[in-house]
Amino acid sequence: MGSTGHAIIAEGLRKRYGGTEALAGFDLAVPEGTVCGLLGPNGAGKTTAVRVLTTLLRPDAGRAEVAGLDVVRQPARARYRIGLVGQHAALDEVLSGRQNLVMFGRLHHLGLARARVRADELLERFGLADAGDRPVERYSGGMRRRLDLAAGLILAPPVLFLDEPTTGLDPRGRNEVWEAVGSLVASGTTVLLTTQYLEEADRLAARICVVDAGRVIAEGTPGELKAAIGGDRIDIVLREAARLPAAAEILARAAGTEADRDPDTRRVSARVSDRVAALTEVVRALDEAGIAAEDIALRRPTLDEVFLRLTGHDARPATSTPEVAA
Amino acid sequence: MTVPVVHGAPGNAVARVRWAVADGWTITLRDLAHWARKPAQVVVGLLFPVMIVLMFGYLFGGGMAIPGGGDYREFLMPGMFAMTMVFGIETTFTAVSTDITRGVTDRFRSMPMAPSAVVTGRATADMLNSVVGLAVMMACGLAVGWRWHHGLGAALAAAGLLLLLRFALLWAGVCLALVIRSPEAVMAVQILVWPLGFLSNVFASPATMPGWLGTLVEWNPLSATVSAARELFGNPGFGGDSWAAQHATLMAVAWPLLALAVFFPLSVRLYHRLSR
Repeated sequence: MGSTGHAIIAEGLRKRYGGTEALAGFDLAVPEGTVCGLLGPNGAGKTTAVRVLTTLLRPDAGRAEVAGLDVVRQPARARYRIGLVGQHAALDEVLSGRQNLVMFGRLHHLGLARARVRADELLERFGLADAGDRPVERYSGGMRRRLDLAAGLILAPPVLFLDEPTTGLDPRGRNEVWEAVGSLVASGTTVLLTTQYLEEADRLAARICVVDAGRVIAEGTPGELKAAIGGDRIDIVLREAARLPAAAEILARAAGTEADRDPDTRRVSARVSDRVAALTEVVRALDEAGIAAEDIALRRPTLDEVFLRLTGHDARPATSTPEVAA
Repeated sequence: MTVPVVHGAPGNAVARVRWAVADGWTITLRDLAHWARKPAQVVVGLLFPVMIVLMFGYLFGGGMAIPGGGDYREFLMPGMFAMTMVFGIETTFTAVSTDITRGVTDRFRSMPMAPSAVVTGRATADMLNSVVGLAVMMACGLAVGWRWHHGLGAALAAAGLLLLLRFALLWAGVCLALVIRSPEAVMAVQILVWPLGFLSNVFASPATMPGWLGTLVEWNPLSATVSAARELFGNPGFGGDSWAAQHATLMAVAWPLLALAVFFPLSVRLYHRLSR
């Protein structure tokens, strides 16, 4: 691999489609053997970045290396070192799971016998041995995704790209995929994962890069990013609106910041950095002051709040009403 | 678990060609495996033109007059062979566009296989499909009284011209799929294919049509192949006044070669454009 110890390097990648810059100076460095999550809304440029890094798309400018090979100058060699699991389960629906894997193995230039052995191994590993002879069109969403993962791992590539691997899956299918990815990571594969779900990035990735408008705008461990955007919030709903000022004062002291009050819903709310300590302190102080709470909730920031904080705009522009930014 | 080790792409040209052929054959085998998995679909696809033969041969055929005389079903069969070849464009279109929308094409392109194999494998599979389709139609023709009269060699030459037409249209199908990229659009492709099929001498002789229409029909590439096939099989109905009709065999070679010269390089270009 690269002498830098990085399995994936991107420097100043640019890609323009008509009037839109899908990549606008995209930089990335993923150390070998780690999982990096590209987190961002639809249209942020995550998929375009993955397509450049997997040799599917030529960038207008910039440089990218995967497993020590330049993806623009040496695409044929780079393809031996990468696995791609795209947004759709890219499988032949008519063929069985085993037939799919044997075909992909043959196309990786394994002999027929080795392709068959490899197909059986991968079916076993992804819990599909029993379903191996069924046509893929009769697989569940989670099974398709696992087969898709297996197809990306024929040569056990050192670098694996997962483009929104759980989009469209139910919670059970999502868990199946997460477990499969987790075991890969344990075996030392470098993984670049794109996702729209904070929870997914949090669960799988050691480092997260937040992507917006074609470039990486924030980078860090999940913990660092959460601290950077101000951590969790405590919401308290009171029984009596009259106690609002007193409760707000208690919450502000525990959180170390100002608390927002909403008399209509009898709610006080504040951002906290040390969530457990703050919650313990608030509950104790409310009890001491004899203030009755109807509900106390500690909640994590949503992806919308992360984006609002980092980018100044909503994570899902399609669903929000158009407003002029202040 | 054994992790397979495969070394990089082969350095010399001979090895590269051998890989391209092997990879193309793997893609062809994939299509043949579809036949084994979905035999009903294949049978329905093969029987559709047979149904049209029965419809035109018996239902409408009584009202059809062949200039210069002759049996209508003898006249019809070479046209139906050519129609079967033309319908093949829909098979090609659906297969290529489905792979693009499902992401299968991208997966192939991200793999260390020969890039040409995706298309050559498809082409081989479609041509095998068409050879079988043509054989079924000929069997159907023999069953309804069609015969070839100028010997096996001429009959095989006619089959060759028909398959040449199919091969040329195959690349038009690949181009359309690479431009439209949506399997649902096969309806639109059918709308393009039907005028080509019906504004021809397949079902009726151009001599029975208004002058301008007859000329248009005689210049239709499909008509050239049909006329040439009728001539080679010794079936009634060939001939006509226009230059194209009098040189049908020449046109039956020239039209497909022209289409190939346009659509083959265009499909290579469009395929490369996927990475732009």
